[in-house]
Amino acid sequence: MDHVELTEQQKKARRSRSLALGVVLALLAVLFYVVTIIKVGPGIFNRPL
Amino acid sequence: MAMTNEPDALAVADSALVLDGDAGDFFALLKPRVMSLVVFTALVGLLMAPGEIHPVIGFIAILSIAVGAGASGALNMWYDADIDILMDRTAKRPIPAGRIPADTVLAFGLFLSVFSVATLGLTVNLLSAGLLAFTIFFYAVVYTMWLKRSTPHNIVIGGAAGAFPPIIGWACVTNSISLESIALFAIIFLWTPAHFWALALFKSDDYGRAGIPMLPNVAGERATKNQIVLYAALTAVSGVVPAIMGFAGVTYGVIAAVLGAAFVWYSVQVWRMADGDKKMVPAKKLFAYSLLYLFAVFSALLIDALVAKFFSAGV
Repeated sequence: MDHVELTEQQKKARRSRSLALGVVLALLAVLFYVVTIIKVGPGIFNRPL
Repeated sequence: MAMTNEPDALAVADSALVLDGDAGDFFALLKPRVMSLVVFTALVGLLMAPGEIHPVIGFIAILSIAVGAGASGALNMWYDADIDILMDRTAKRPIPAGRIPADTVLAFGLFLSVFSVATLGLTVNLLSAGLLAFTIFFYAVVYTMWLKRSTPHNIVIGGAAGAFPPIIGWACVTNSISLESIALFAIIFLWTPAHFWALALFKSDDYGRAGIPMLPNVAGERATKNQIVLYAALTAVSGVVPAIMGFAGVTYGVIAAVLGAAFVWYSVQVWRMADGDKKMVPAKKLFAYSLLYLFAVFSALLIDALVAKFFSAGV
């Protein structure tokens, strides 16, 4: 099967995109975790068994 | 891009995924300079609004509004790629420069639109999410797809898209639209024509080449200059309205009046500029000052609101 070899510039661009996406996803995970705690409040720990 | 049989290379079927654009190019699609103005004016609306919002929720609100604004910028670049390539000012954008395919930009813009509106709706309130959705629709569809190429009044009406952020910021706190937030909207709405027509005057060749019916190209320099003075005067009046309505202080009113008077003065310099002037120095000065004006007026509003909250808290 034919393949496409990325140029150095394209590899560099892909690394840049991957890094940015990783950082954004990590920050969103933290942000949504914090928002969940804020929206639900301390009651999240006070649920009937 | 070289073809090879090396096992560590991408399969040809995936070649559509090979992009030259890096993270910076995707960030450029969000029109960061426009976004910074959106963030700032939305923040002022949010902080001026009566009531309280949790700082983290407030941060998410501003982030969502910023991403929504960026999404509409990306959709604008997707639709306008054919004319962007014809103008010096926009020819280096990621699509005309060939660094990111148009389809990818469309997907990027649509995804961010849905994501930003959904986030604002789920974390803040449905009114602000609805307003953000309408703003994106207004900028991407009403302005970009319809008005921009069809009428010289494109930015008069289209300017509403850029004026919505303080209303959204206000609605994030109060879950309502009020006369005060509409007054903030009016400042940006009335400011936009003088700001863009100053740019259109010294970039009229660019717009003419792209076939965009900006006022200088359609109605001529003289008519544009008349309109600039009119809108600058209306902007100056709208700038002091918050003080007249009583939701900003007297000090703010004086500052806004001085800034507004200077805005009118710069617009009159443009009006006095000879028709056919190639250097267009007064128009360039008005364009630069218009940016300073909006930033200064909203900074003064912000400081005024923070000082008022500080004292009303009894500290």
